[in-house]
Amino acid sequence: MLRLDRVSAGYGRAQVLRHLSLEVAPGEILCLMGRNGAGKTTCMQAIMGLLPLMSGRIWLDQTELSALPAHRVPRAGVGYIPQGRRLFAELTVAQNLEIGLMARDSGPEVREEVLDLFPRLRERYHQRAQTLSGGEQQMLATARALCLRPRALLLDEPAEGLQPSMIAAIREVIVRMRDDGVAVLLVEQRVDSVLEVADRVAFIENGQGGAVMPAEALRANHAIIDRYVGV
Amino acid sequence: MDLGPYLVLATLEGAVTAAVLALTAVGLSLVFGVMRVVNIAHGEFFMLGAVIAWAIAQAVAGYPAVGFALALVAAPLIVGALAVAADMTILKRLEYDPERTIVATIGLLYIIQQLTLMGYGPDARPVTPPFNTRLAIPWFEKGADGWALIWPWGLGTTSYKLAVIGAAVVILCAVWALMARTRIGLVMRATQADREMALAFGIPVERVYALVFGLGAGLAALAAVLIVPIQQAHYLMGADPLLLSFIVVIIGGLGSLPGTVVAAVLIGLSDGIISVFFSPTLAKILATLLVGLVLVFRPQGLFGGRGA
Repeated sequence: MLRLDRVSAGYGRAQVLRHLSLEVAPGEILCLMGRNGAGKTTCMQAIMGLLPLMSGRIWLDQTELSALPAHRVPRAGVGYIPQGRRLFAELTVAQNLEIGLMARDSGPEVREEVLDLFPRLRERYHQRAQTLSGGEQQMLATARALCLRPRALLLDEPAEGLQPSMIAAIREVIVRMRDDGVAVLLVEQRVDSVLEVADRVAFIENGQGGAVMPAEALRANHAIIDRYVGV
Repeated sequence: MDLGPYLVLATLEGAVTAAVLALTAVGLSLVFGVMRVVNIAHGEFFMLGAVIAWAIAQAVAGYPAVGFALALVAAPLIVGALAVAADMTILKRLEYDPERTIVATIGLLYIIQQLTLMGYGPDARPVTPPFNTRLAIPWFEKGADGWALIWPWGLGTTSYKLAVIGAAVVILCAVWALMARTRIGLVMRATQADREMALAFGIPVERVYALVFGLGAGLAALAAVLIVPIQQAHYLMGADPLLLSFIVVIIGGLGSLPGTVVAAVLIGLSDGIISVFFSPTLAKILATLLVGLVLVFRPQGLFGGRGA
């Protein structure tokens, strides 16, 4: 269970998150929705310890993530797939995965598992990350995070700028992680793709938590979505 | 003696300069590349290496080779440890802010320099080289009966100078192997590529920074130990290596190690050759001019990839 308890955070003096509370259960995909600038990415950075919290706490099961220095957060079992992928561009596919494996001392069998999920990466194994196509880069970013064998997975707009076949491949992996009992927190802009995978949807507005509801309810009633993210 | 032998002599002298410069500049480049810190105190770490080498050689007087070997190991370690301490007590507290670290390392420069003046004094002191055989270099000359091998007077070098060049090549290869082939090198390159993502994948960035700062200073100290039997130790000797290292790092491309080495060879050799044929001042003028041209026409440096 990944739990945010009244978290406030921001950049310097500019506060972005205001008393945001969230819960993501193991084996669940919670989708965070909101307009641009609502604080979705900030929320992920706060979980990773990349931003100092102004107040509040973040827990993963019994571990208080917000009490750990940033580099210990992934070791507690949080995998992060950031917006824009942010691979180690000059390193090869193999080396990017190696960094992921080192984070929690995962064994070589984890590498094989991850490469089985993304066979394309096996073909590109010794290529530099920056020479991959956008879809392959997203696969690598996902694979790198899965190398941690995460208990919680944070995905920040994984489908951005990808062709439909790639989006489908990545969605398949996300669902598989969920079925393996990983708590998945997903930030996604496109409503239809959210409704396809999400179990619950949490809305965020001006850094504050809004309604949290089962995706079922939204599939039945689109009006709620329009209220939060409509233009 | 005609032009040829002079050129050989100048090239050899230049190669010694280039070897020492490459080591010093790679240290600076590593620190800038990984930490984005412009270390103005780099030349003082170089100077400390030389002064510590003298102190160690003094302590085991009578056995120059033993003293030198000891200095070669101990001086870089001591200087590296000092740099790690400086990183943890000063740079870390400034959160590695690019501007504030410049001012902080300027302060560090004066502290190290003045403490050395107080402790070691203003004299230039020599360290005996562990070996120093004079080697004459042959040359070809067309005499009355065709080409003949001659030994021009004054054309020669010493075994120690050749050893400096060899040692620098070995150390540079070791640095390359460290960066390209080891786990810690991988961690350093990942930190260089994206500090935040390194943190997000469990890399203790602060420890990596301390290590890199120590390694950079250690390389400068190592270069100084190698050169001190040729140049003597002095508390102001850090200024020239600092300037030349910056020239080399800018020409080679900030943070690019291969670029740094190539630029060091270029600057070191041209410095040697121009100094012999014209004047050392002209060599510095041309090197600085080259920096200006590089900054205008290729600001990322000859081998730099993305903008710094």
